[in-house]
Amino acid sequence: MILSSPLVGASRLLIPLALLAALTSLVFPVFQTETNIQILVWTHVPLLTLFLLIVATAILQWQNYRGSAGADLMVGVLAHGGVGLLIWMLDGRAGEASGGFWGLLIACWLLAWVFVDRLASRDFENHNVQKLINIVIPVIFGAWLLIVWECMTRGLGVPRILLPPPSEIGVRFSDSTSILWADFKQTFLHAVLIGYAMGCGSGFAVAILADRVPFLRRGLLPIGNVVSALPIIGVAPIMVMWFGFDWHSKAAVVVIMTFFPMLVNTMTGLDCAGRMQRDLMQTYGASRWQTLFKLRLPEALPFIFNALKINSTLALIGAIVAEFFGTPTVGMGFRISTEVGRLNVDMVWAEIAVAALAGSLFYALVAFLEKVFTFWHPSIRG
Amino acid sequence: MTDTNMTGATDNTTASAGRDAQDHADIVQPVITTKDLSLTFQTNDGPVHALSGIDIDVNPGEFVSLIGPSGCGKTTLLRVIADLEQPTSGSIEVNGVSPDAARKARAYGYVFQAAALYPWRTIEKNVALPLEIMGLSHAEKKERIARNLELVNLTGFERKYPWQLSGGMQQRASIARALAFDPALLLMDEPFGALDEIVRDHLNDQLNKLWHKTSKTVVFVTHSIPEAVYLSTKIIVMSPRPGKIYDVIDCKLPRERTLEMRESKEFLDVALRVREGLRAGHSYDE
Repeated sequence: MILSSPLVGASRLLIPLALLAALTSLVFPVFQTETNIQILVWTHVPLLTLFLLIVATAILQWQNYRGSAGADLMVGVLAHGGVGLLIWMLDGRAGEASGGFWGLLIACWLLAWVFVDRLASRDFENHNVQKLINIVIPVIFGAWLLIVWECMTRGLGVPRILLPPPSEIGVRFSDSTSILWADFKQTFLHAVLIGYAMGCGSGFAVAILADRVPFLRRGLLPIGNVVSALPIIGVAPIMVMWFGFDWHSKAAVVVIMTFFPMLVNTMTGLDCAGRMQRDLMQTYGASRWQTLFKLRLPEALPFIFNALKINSTLALIGAIVAEFFGTPTVGMGFRISTEVGRLNVDMVWAEIAVAALAGSLFYALVAFLEKVFTFWHPSIRG
Repeated sequence: MTDTNMTGATDNTTASAGRDAQDHADIVQPVITTKDLSLTFQTNDGPVHALSGIDIDVNPGEFVSLIGPSGCGKTTLLRVIADLEQPTSGSIEVNGVSPDAARKARAYGYVFQAAALYPWRTIEKNVALPLEIMGLSHAEKKERIARNLELVNLTGFERKYPWQLSGGMQQRASIARALAFDPALLLMDEPFGALDEIVRDHLNDQLNKLWHKTSKTVVFVTHSIPEAVYLSTKIIVMSPRPGKIYDVIDCKLPRERTLEMRESKEFLDVALRVREGLRAGHSYDE
């Protein structure tokens, strides 16, 4: 059958679409300042080559859409080499991209789709190669997000104030690593990590305490609820008054934000050991601490890790926003609020990139630890 | 264990046996004695009489089955023996002391309806759990884990996690865990209820051999007549609402049993009497 697998079926559809998109560059001009005939002029030799290659590949692939490994690789190289050429051609032609340009971009994008599709459907004998491919696929996906962003902002001439192209953000990033590092140290290594450790630690400790003292349990939960509902916009200036301008006040905001999710999750987790499991501990004449450490805490681990994951993102948000309300002249939140005022939007984006990178790495670390410690839980062991 | 004054045994056979034994200065002290034991649960729909006037004696080395329809209180009775429920009236002694004291002295091993193994522990660590709580030395733990896993035919699965094993293997691991600290009394609450018949027959056979080998006292709750007859020296038939004892049947098959015995006349006679007891005890329900 033709549609032996849906992936192959998708490739079958994508290749004629890519061909169609490439053909538009014959009808419409690539750049507004030129006519469509000019694609045949010698200044456009690279573009002409790209066009012919896409057509050739499309025909070849159409003939044999299952494709050998070499043919698949060629599709990948063509897609990414082609889009590199397109971006290079944009230099000095900001805002001039026209129908033909978008046609070629879409053709490259569709070919990249075919390439990823083929990669994903292929089974690799070698385990390490398979692992590498599993990383490469999302990387290509992310890269295309940036490529489209780059082409749209530069091709359409989007004002830098609204959205700078990623290449400009990258340049700004590499030019100001020392400032970014200082901000990162101030906000992430101090406010976020210390606040996170204290907030999660105290939430956990209070949950254990409340487990032993019933009146705390009934009294603390409603109060904790109120505290968690406090808007950080309101709390942050007060924390600055209490703990000063430096990172301590930001860490305090992070503590307030992370305490409650940890408290509630730990308390819920401690209650989720089954009746039979508890009875078992009772038949052994186990003490309360033994029951806690050997049964109830391990059983609560999935909940505790949930709180750790939620808090890893909350902490970053809290620390950055808290810096809007008084801070020494360093810190990610400080930089964002001042640079936006000076219309240095690329610097704001560089800080956002740092925050996104740090946040996702932090989250990934917690998720990794979760896998290590709760490997036995049905949600992880799969 | 403290010295005790046993109140007289309540059913006729053990009472006379006790008197004979006294003459020989060799008193058979029951492992479990209950006298007029009752338990009423207070629920939103009013009181539920789970147990009413229960008098039983379990002697050392006996295999006693509690059988009856759902809701007859057989599990509740086992839980009262294990100090997991508190009776509302009457008296109960385990090893001559209160169930609470017996539990704290780790007098019994309890096997639940489900294996209730901890999924974050390997099989050997699960078996080690009671030993850890009792604070045994590393060498002794190792020796007991090996011995008990061998007893239930699980040697070679030490490093597996419970969720990597079949239901029958999990239940065997939970039996090894209950045996690990070598209690003289084993309380089993429908341990094979969730397993298919082939596995169940196999485990019944293994349990019989184990009991025969270790001469432990076993109290066994079950729904199944063949299982009760096959395993027991004494079968207590219970009837529901309120949970009480309807009949006590002695099963005089040899201690070591084979699956062929199930076809013997004696086996079938006992099974018939159990079935009649269950039917009569249940009849007023209709």
